[in-house]
Amino acid sequence: MSTRSLAKEQPASFAFSSEMMERANKIIAKYPAGRQASAVIPLLDLAQRQEGWVTKPAIEEIAKILSMAPIRVLEVATFYTMFNLSPVGKTHVQICTSLSCWLRGSNEVVKACKEKLGIGMGERSPDGKFSLAELECSGACVNAPVIQIGDDYYEDVDYASTGKLLDAFKRGETPKAGSVTGRDGSAPAGEAITLSEKPTPPAKQDFSAAKAAFEKAKAEAAAKAAAPKA
Amino acid sequence: MLADKDRIFTNLYGRHDWRLAGARARGDWDGTKEILDMGPDWIIDEMKRSGLRGRGGAGFPTGLKWSFMPKTESDRPHYLVVNADEGEPGTCKDRDMLRFDPHKLVEGCLIASFAMRAHACYIYIRGEFYNEASNLQVAIDEAYAAGLIGDNACGSGWKFDLYLHRGAGAYICGEETALIESLEGKKGQPRLKPPFPAGVGLYGCPTTVNNVESIAVAPTILRRGASWFAGFGRPNNTGTKVYCISGNVNKPCNVEESMSIPLKELIEKHCGGVRGGWDNLQAIIPGGASVPVLPKSICDAVLMDFDALRDVKSGLGTAAVMVMDKSVDVVAAISRLSSFYKHESCGQCTPCREGTGWLARVMKRMVKGEATLAEIDTLEQVTYQIEGHTICALGDAAAWPVQGLIRHFRPELERRIRDYRDAKVRSGIAA
Repeated sequence: MSTRSLAKEQPASFAFSSEMMERANKIIAKYPAGRQASAVIPLLDLAQRQEGWVTKPAIEEIAKILSMAPIRVLEVATFYTMFNLSPVGKTHVQICTSLSCWLRGSNEVVKACKEKLGIGMGERSPDGKFSLAELECSGACVNAPVIQIGDDYYEDVDYASTGKLLDAFKRGETPKAGSVTGRDGSAPAGEAITLSEKPTPPAKQDFSAAKAAFEKAKAEAAAKAAAPKA
Repeated sequence: MLADKDRIFTNLYGRHDWRLAGARARGDWDGTKEILDMGPDWIIDEMKRSGLRGRGGAGFPTGLKWSFMPKTESDRPHYLVVNADEGEPGTCKDRDMLRFDPHKLVEGCLIASFAMRAHACYIYIRGEFYNEASNLQVAIDEAYAAGLIGDNACGSGWKFDLYLHRGAGAYICGEETALIESLEGKKGQPRLKPPFPAGVGLYGCPTTVNNVESIAVAPTILRRGASWFAGFGRPNNTGTKVYCISGNVNKPCNVEESMSIPLKELIEKHCGGVRGGWDNLQAIIPGGASVPVLPKSICDAVLMDFDALRDVKSGLGTAAVMVMDKSVDVVAAISRLSSFYKHESCGQCTPCREGTGWLARVMKRMVKGEATLAEIDTLEQVTYQIEGHTICALGDAAAWPVQGLIRHFRPELERRIRDYRDAKVRSGIAA
């Protein structure tokens, strides 16, 4: 298991902005009355979106909002690895190094990131603009290797394209997410082998006939069960 | 090859409009009310007859699972929970359904919930899938606005609410009871079973947890008929399935194919073959990180289904095929998976919490050969100490890849140990 704890230096206070509070209330309304603790992960996510990371005062504030013991919120914040427990760069670069990405050269991608950003894994650049982290399987394995920057996935990257991608971020641009080689989602590269034509709706089965067959079978089963054993 | 007209996920690659209008043009939401009018008993019977086995990895028959829910509603509401916490290394099929065919899932949620007398459904999606979650939320909102779900879903008189819940990066939450814990706002640590979720699940209420693909295929199965779906694959392994083929193939991809397709055919037809040709193949993990690795000799003829892969001591799992050619250090590959399980163990059960760390450490040494020959047996024994001794299957999942490695690549492990020892002796003499 991964062991994570809160950062030593913490801000004095935390409050949701009015826009975030509105979003929080909408999330809380998804769950039955009295089950508002269900909203703890989404609210921690909102706090992280607002502040960039999850702070101790945010944990305490969320506990108050959801009527939870602060320790329960702390447990959640330290358990789930998407919560940054210390400040990360404005552009948070996460590289998937799990098996499918590793097989297709994630080591080279890691190298490119380290060289380009001048920082190591788990580090933040001195100007606070970039940080680098390793990601356990990002779930886009047929488009490996994958880098996640912010909420976006950049797929099919290699040493050279990673460098170009990071250069763009350095210039303040946000390149289009998805495959950097221009594949349609998870389709095989090159000419389409399947699904090349516009799909049409399939034919439906005869529901009344299906219902009749189902009722007949049910009646026969019932009759068999009711019949006296010979 | 499966014909395009027999594919369920006709927008798998996102070449067409994923929103309501586009989905309708591909046949989604067509006759949903007719299906609901057939009644819960017919729906469950039809799902059973289709032979669909759960697509999340364990392969439990979906119709049977649905039938475990109480037949009548009590003061405890019923819930359907959809597991979209896709994170098994190698697996990325649900992602395409969530982002490109979200209406199949929304429609499936309605039908499955209706069949199990649930008025509410939560979809638990992994936190990293932010863009996928936002597409799905748009689809949910569209379905509400069109009256397809909500107070009178599709005009059937059934009240149905559908909510999206984002996780925050924990592989273990793909385990159904850990997912329920997480949805309740706790650490994702699996619950001891029994009681099973169908009796005591979310908020202590009857709950069924299904994989995205299992739910998303349901409307098409019911629309086209169980016998259509059961016409693909071998008995007990029926239907179509989305495979994810990654690693050392020429063209990695996701593709929907018939169940029981030969592994070699799958790779040669859809992925342009193994890099360097089939003879350059070293090993394949056929069903996601949790299932044991297979050497080329088995891959030559094995079929991609639950029973065929079980018979060769591996598994279909999520049908995530990870291909390794001869250039790959297979020991390092399995070592990478051991590090993954060490990272993802929830820490609840001692054999897994301590065992996954131990496996990862020993596997790191095995990569270099920094071990003794006897340690191979010790390593294997420890995997059996973990397997079956934990609350959930993560312990098993951590054990199996290592067992598979020892079963098929023991000579390679031994060679490394000897080479390492010889090198040490030589350097000792030189010094």
